[in-house]
Amino acid sequence: MGEVIKRITPPLDDKILEDLRIGDKVLITGKIYTARDAAHKRFVETINKGGQLPVDLKGQVIYYVGPTPPKPGYIIGSAGPTTSIRMDSYMEPMLKAGLKATIGKGYRSWGVVDLLKKYKAVYFIATGGVGALISKKIKKARIVAYEDLGPEAVMELEVEDFPVIVANDIYGGDIFEEGVRKYQEIALPFKIERISEV
Amino acid sequence: MKIVRVEEIEDAVRRLSMDVNYYIRDELREAYKKALEKEVSEIGKEVLSQIIENVELAASEQLPVCQDTGVSIVYVEIGQEVKIEGGNLYDAINRGVSRGYKEGYLRKSVVRDPLFNRVNTGDNTPAMIHVEIVPGDVFRITFMAKGTGAENMSRLAMLTPAAGVKGVRDFVLKTVAEAGPNPCPPIVVGVGIGGTFDTVGWLAKKALMRKFGSRHPDPNYAKLELELLDEINKLGIGPQGLGGRITALDVRIETAPCHIGALPVAVNLDCHAHRVGVWEK
Repeated sequence: MGEVIKRITPPLDDKILEDLRIGDKVLITGKIYTARDAAHKRFVETINKGGQLPVDLKGQVIYYVGPTPPKPGYIIGSAGPTTSIRMDSYMEPMLKAGLKATIGKGYRSWGVVDLLKKYKAVYFIATGGVGALISKKIKKARIVAYEDLGPEAVMELEVEDFPVIVANDIYGGDIFEEGVRKYQEIALPFKIERISEV
Repeated sequence: MKIVRVEEIEDAVRRLSMDVNYYIRDELREAYKKALEKEVSEIGKEVLSQIIENVELAASEQLPVCQDTGVSIVYVEIGQEVKIEGGNLYDAINRGVSRGYKEGYLRKSVVRDPLFNRVNTGDNTPAMIHVEIVPGDVFRITFMAKGTGAENMSRLAMLTPAAGVKGVRDFVLKTVAEAGPNPCPPIVVGVGIGGTFDTVGWLAKKALMRKFGSRHPDPNYAKLELELLDEINKLGIGPQGLGGRITALDVRIETAPCHIGALPVAVNLDCHAHRVGVWEK
């Protein structure tokens, strides 16, 4: 696990991605985009129809989040990551469109781990269930598409020192598998299968 | 005869919606601190420290601890000597949820139709309401804000009696092991055993709504709860699934009689925020 904290700003190029390894702590500063289930569905429908996406994904970072509404005087409400695996079946067209990183929580199916290697992209995790804390790293927020989706609208966020960990790198590494291998202290009479969406 | 007015019910649900999302219970905060003392993995300790910092921040600014403020599960126990006056119980609960989620700046996370028309209802209604008639004159509302990260990782199995304790144990461990980081560990595990296909899931949910750290009245099950907790914490998943010894904070089992040929088991997972609140009249 890397002890050095790496700092990155999107758009991400190959040089940045090649330097990231699972376990690395990374601080993101700059613009990132939010999208979750319903927005992904529309993105991929648009791609399949040959239409233009409301956001140019080249080199960009998508944060899987549906924040709570901001209280008066706040930029955004609570804004932690949602479970990433639900977006797995949308990944390939998104990566083809140039997406270079996603931020969420939980593991990706092995199919996505392979896709990340193939398309040279990374998967970051942020801590799940600490949405109040994470909201303080968001300095600006504005809706850029699909406002009708309410909490699932696509937003552009300006973040500062937004803390994430590399969970899957471009080399096929997986942080969760390594963690469990290190700490498991019980023999199981069954094989642990990763829930798969791809 | 005790009288409960629907206005009181609406207001109680409105306040519970907000309170469970802003304020984490003392017993759970204690559990986080104990977990931090016991955890050996560095990254696990970091995650637990963030969880502790987050609940303090959320409480001090009245912010939801998590952006997934959940679907609202409302369990109402009504003593048979209680009379509800002023209107419809279900409508009162839903008005309370609607007001709580709007006034409290909570996320609206419910769609009207599950498959063909997934349009957000805009006020987090309808709540999932369970009503039980109980002896006496108690009127108790247990409110749970249930995020879907952990709910999606929950599982149900119709085992056969021959599977026995080992079958139940393996199913619980497999469910937790395969869920891995997804339900936001350290988790709380609700297990339902017995009943029928329809009731066993509700038993697991009721186990989650029971008091944190409370044990099943039957010593066999109380022992099984603690054994399962110990074994789950040997799976190595750890806080946020990054490896470590603290995977679960509590395991609670609810049971019911069942058919001679059946052994239904349901495992309902909850995230570390584990938002449950109670109002009684």
